[in-house]
This record gives sequence, structure tokens and C-alpha cells, in this order.
Amino acid sequence: MNKFLWPLIGFIVLIVLLAVGLNLNPRDVPSPLVGKPAPLFSLPQIHAPAKTFSPQEMQGKVWLLNVWASWCVSCRQEHPVLVELAKSKTVPLIGLNYKELRGDGGIDTDKINPATEQKQAIERAAGWLARHGDPYTLSVLDLDGRVGINYGVYGVPETYVIDKAGVIRMKHTGPITPDIFSGKILPLVAELSK
Amino acid sequence: MKRWLFILALALGSIVAQAKEAAPLAADEVVEKRMVAISDELRCLVCQNESLSGSHAELANDLRREIRTLINEGKSDAEIMDFMVSRYGDFVRYRPPVKGTTLLLWFGPAALLALGLFGLIRYVRRRNDDISDAPLNSEEQRQADALLLHKDSQQ
Repeated sequence: MNKFLWPLIGFIVLIVLLAVGLNLNPRDVPSPLVGKPAPLFSLPQIHAPAKTFSPQEMQGKVWLLNVWASWCVSCRQEHPVLVELAKSKTVPLIGLNYKELRGDGGIDTDKINPATEQKQAIERAAGWLARHGDPYTLSVLDLDGRVGINYGVYGVPETYVIDKAGVIRMKHTGPITPDIFSGKILPLVAELSK
Repeated sequence: MKRWLFILALALGSIVAQAKEAAPLAADEVVEKRMVAISDELRCLVCQNESLSGSHAELANDLRREIRTLINEGKSDAEIMDFMVSRYGDFVRYRPPVKGTTLLLWFGPAALLALGLFGLIRYVRRRNDDISDAPLNSEEQRQADALLLHKDSQQ
């Protein structure tokens, strides 16, 4: 009896470990930026390229920063959730348009000068927002993705919850589902807004 | 003839396309060597089992460019490592630092080996005891001696 018991226990332990391992999401990398001040930037706005936006303007407010791009397929998946959120007006949503042209493999941006790149990026991004609805208070352009690097972006879409003091309180990688929105993001926003 | 021209045009076209794919060589070889050395130690977050130096992902390209820029700014390797870790976390390093959350990672295999050795030694010892615990009785001993002697006499 004892002869078979230990291998059996070992086998069950192995199965449990494998099952847990398979159900973990390898994309869910904990961000070291949670609890740190949101990196500063100053980027042109999509709907008013002459004006820039900086996170400092949101001091004193709880807000969401959503990283998106028109070439990003999962962004389309989460978009209805964002549009719903915008209708409810519970929390300001700022869009960070990530590498609108450079992220699209089909375009060779080496041959485009920066001014043309910005113009084309705005056309594409604004066109996408016009088609799918614009949930953003405003959106800014991160053409070369350097602001994205400062925020540790590695898979669009990503969403950050930033508190009144400008500290990142939560990061979500991947599309926001209605469950994640109402179960995790909204309660956190409510708590931070107190 | 027309067909041949068409094929030739296609062939030339593909050569041009390939030429475009080649990544621009960095001007400075020293910078490039350091960049490769650093990015060998870093994980590409898009394709997680590839190093940053070997990955073709867009983000890997951007990060290599960023590392080049930092090298040109005169940053040390440790500072560049900090730059990456402060944005992407310890996960980005193939050799994460030893701390509470990585203890299992660093010492787990050794602990497992020790446990296995312990089990093996115990098992072998116990089996030894079992064998020596079953001595021959006098009748068996006589039979064994007879067999052994018989064998010797045959040789």
C-alpha cells in the first residue's frame, strides 16, 4: 500500500502544479510602475495637434490612461466598454495613441518625414475614432512609442488607473472586459475618488 | 520572351524587397557590441522566450534603439539595466536578483535535487536492511555451500 502511496501523491502534486501553471496568464506581468508616479510627457493632441497634453494637468483627479492604436485588433474588442464608460462620465479617460503608423507593419515610416508622419497618424487615428466612437476626453499621439516605453507598454491595449496625486494605482494589460471594468477598475476609481 | 522578362522583373523585385528588410548597421561597433551584450540578458516581453537581442518584435527593435541611445548618452550597463527593470520589472531580466519572491526560482531546483537524493539514500538503505534481514537457515546454507562446491569442482 505504502509502496504506491508516495508515487501517487507525487503524481497528484505534479498534476496540480501543471494545472495551476497552465491557468496562469504569462502576459500578466506585474508592473513595477504600480505605486510610482506616472511618467511625465507632453504630447500633441489628436483633435488639436497644436496643443499638447501633460499628465500634470490631471492633478487632483482620478483618471484612466488607455493605450490604443487603430491597427490594434484587441482595442476594437474593448472599445465598446470604453464607449459605455464615456457615456456614464464616471472617470476621465485619456487616450495614448501608441505608434499609430510605426506599429503598423505595412508602413515603412523610414521614408516619411516627421511632419507627414504626424499628419497621416492623425488622419488614421481620428478616422478610426469617427468610425468606432470616441470615448476619450482627449487622445495624444506617441508616434515613436517612447512614452510607451516609459510606461512599460508591451502589448496594446493597456490601461492605467492614476490617482489624484498622479500615482499609478493599477495597470491592466490586454482588453478591458465588462467584468474587469465593473469588478476591478470601477471599485478602485470609486475608492480613490473619496 | 515577355514571360521571361516578367520572371526577371519578379526576381529583381524580390531582391529589392529583401534589401529593404536588412536592418541598418549601427555606425559604432563598440556601441553595438555593448547593446547586444546587454540585450542578451533581457527578455523580450512580446515573445517571452526570446531574448531582446534575438527578437524581431517591434518592441524589441524600439528597446534596442533605446539601449543604443542610453549607451551614447554615456550610461553604464547597470544604469541601463535599471532603466529596463524600472519599466518592465524583474521579469525582463533572464537572471533576476535573489530576493524573497525569487527564492524558489533560484533554490527550488537544488532543493528538489536534495529531496530526491534524500529519498534515494533512504530507499537504498532500507532495501539493504531488508536483504540482510533475511539470513539463510542452516538447511539453505548447506544447499548453497554444496552448489558452490559443485561449481568449483567442475572448473
